[in-house]
Amino acid sequence: MSTREDTAAVDPAAAPDPGQGAPQSSLASRIVSRLGSGLLQAVLVLIAVFWLMPTLGLFISSLRSPQDNSASGWWAVLTEPSQLTLENYASLLDNEGFVASFFNTVLITVPSTVLIVVIAALAAYAFAWLEFPGRDWLFLGVVGLLVVPLQVALVPIAQIYGGLGIYGSILGVVLFHVGYGLPFAIFLLRNFFAAIPRDLLEAARMDGGREFTIFRRVILPLGGPAIASLAIFQFLWVWNDLLVALVFADAQNQPMTKALQSEMRQFGANIDVISSGAFLSMVVPLLVFFAFQRYFVQGVMAGAVK
Amino acid sequence: MAITGGPEGVSGSGGAPPDTGTGEATAAAKSGRLGPPSWLALVFLLPALLFLGAYMLYPILFSIYRSLWDAAGTQFIGFSNYTEMFTNASTFVALRNNVIWVVVAPIVVTIAGLIFAVLTERVRWSTAFKIIVFMPMAISFLASGVIFRLVYEQDPESGLANAVITTVQDTVSPSAAFPDARPRPEAPLAEAGGGYELADEAATDEAVLVPLVGVQSDELPEEAEPAAAAEPGGGDTLTGTVWVDFTRGGGGEEGAIDASESGLPGMEVQAVSGGQVVGTALTGPDGTFELTGLEEGTYTVRLAADNFTEPYNGLTWLGPTLITPSIIGAYLWVWAGFAMVLIAAGLAAIPREALEAARVDGATEWQVFRRVTVPLLSPVLMVVFVTLMIYVLKIFDLVFIIAPGSVQRDANVLALEMWRVSFGGGNDQGLGSALAVFLLALVVPAMVFQIRRFRRENA
Repeated sequence: MSTREDTAAVDPAAAPDPGQGAPQSSLASRIVSRLGSGLLQAVLVLIAVFWLMPTLGLFISSLRSPQDNSASGWWAVLTEPSQLTLENYASLLDNEGFVASFFNTVLITVPSTVLIVVIAALAAYAFAWLEFPGRDWLFLGVVGLLVVPLQVALVPIAQIYGGLGIYGSILGVVLFHVGYGLPFAIFLLRNFFAAIPRDLLEAARMDGGREFTIFRRVILPLGGPAIASLAIFQFLWVWNDLLVALVFADAQNQPMTKALQSEMRQFGANIDVISSGAFLSMVVPLLVFFAFQRYFVQGVMAGAVK
Repeated sequence: MAITGGPEGVSGSGGAPPDTGTGEATAAAKSGRLGPPSWLALVFLLPALLFLGAYMLYPILFSIYRSLWDAAGTQFIGFSNYTEMFTNASTFVALRNNVIWVVVAPIVVTIAGLIFAVLTERVRWSTAFKIIVFMPMAISFLASGVIFRLVYEQDPESGLANAVITTVQDTVSPSAAFPDARPRPEAPLAEAGGGYELADEAATDEAVLVPLVGVQSDELPEEAEPAAAAEPGGGDTLTGTVWVDFTRGGGGEEGAIDASESGLPGMEVQAVSGGQVVGTALTGPDGTFELTGLEEGTYTVRLAADNFTEPYNGLTWLGPTLITPSIIGAYLWVWAGFAMVLIAAGLAAIPREALEAARVDGATEWQVFRRVTVPLLSPVLMVVFVTLMIYVLKIFDLVFIIAPGSVQRDANVLALEMWRVSFGGGNDQGLGSALAVFLLALVVPAMVFQIRRFRRENA
């Protein structure tokens, strides 16, 4: 069907003619749009509930005893709120292995995030504002590296780590995350730095500022939002990682994700540890997400086609 | 933005390595501006280059090399690992599932993102909606996996998905099945095709008695009434009663309707002649039924098998057949927010005039969407789609966590297989390297797309 014909058919009514018919049609269309908007709102509420429900389910399951969880669904608390208990959390916090894994997660996440931001900011500054031969080719190389799957590095790096004696250590995990996070980090910061007005830099250079000073005094403050996006994105990325930890962290140095994964083999029997542990592992990411939601979304969007 | 050299700048520097000596002179000469010497650039770049070299370039080369050697790395075996990859049953399943993933998941997620982005456009609380849908992006795949293991539990009493399905099912077509109902051994009923039929044929005009036991009083539906004997029908009608032939506390006569005995409502009764079902009826609250429209004669009265099947229990989400679609469902839950936010940003950038012009021309909303919005959005949709494809190719955690041990083989994907053969018990780093190289080869088109897009945008 052609738009042209439909256009002709609809045209008289739709034509903005303030003389006649306009009030009625606007009343009718207002009713239709009210109804439509009511329906739209209802659909969206339904979708939102649908999206919240699974997480709510995990949370409530973590507040019920394993016996209750195996006997009925989490929604049983609607009729029997007395089922709610903090026992799973209490026993989880008594579990030294899990508490240690929480600190391991922190010990892995914080240094990798800091290192990535610092190293990437330096490199991004060079790519954006320093002239050197081969710069553009080199940067295209970084763009190409954005999509390299992490799997390629697992076997080679495991061998190197074995030779160096850092296989299984936190250091090894941190360095791996830095290596793999860099292309994206450089890419994001370079694009942001490059958009800083040239005049500002030229002026600073005229004043005889040394490059490190300019980097510190001009670029870093102006690049604040981009650096925040990157830091938050990397923080969550590393915090949530399972695969790198699975390969490179031994039982002593494992983060929460790996500790919980090892409980998964007996899902039904370990549901108390798994549900409360999984929820605890989500608390920090959720806090970061809600506090810095704008920066995180920007970071994720910059990661499109990574 | 004049900062990045466009194509001319690129060809000018000709891919020469960052040579610190001559670079200083040429860079200064070329730009003719006051600028720092180019050896300084190397200082800024050095840490990053060391990391990229050690963690990306060297591993790519070493993996290619390693993939040509055997499990222990002591014997050169050429491309055997690659042929094994395509012939081994386990890797083949992984490959097949990866194809399903890459074809289905990006499309489903992109479409969901598009729908959400369009729907939220005119809603006041769109920000709240977006935060809710985007939230799963912040949590780990491990946590998402645990969440969906709970959702997909088989038992409708504890798994949310099946609880919803069975509730809907029960509302739409309430099941009146009595799986435990059975005749007494001495009753005039014989088993037939999962149901039961009267041993003797009954004639139209007759009212038959169909006694059953084994139904507890709390299993009876609320509408059930005390059983009543049916009135014999006319010439084309066969009537009868299906009831619970059991009087609580003893007493009562077997095979006869006693005062305190209840009818069985909702039972499907069939009239069978020569092996063909020629009429069906449902019993009423008092257990009576009327098979009408029959030709005069005798029929076998049968209780259909459906009356005795177990109630519907939902889907086996985590079984071998449904496991991949189930995990894709979880993936949608995680990634829809990503697609939605990117597409919403694209929508906001569409010039209002383009839409208004189409509306003034009388196009319907659907036509505006189909002919104006989607074409203008297509670059954004492409970016979302390609990004999702790259991530989907490497999918690991969700499959690893959601698929229970017994169906992991059926849910297998390349990244999981790569981990399994090289670290998770397989101990064949030759085959593992081949799988990793294969994954890398699969993302090369995306790499080219990415580089081209970047050069176009910065030209």
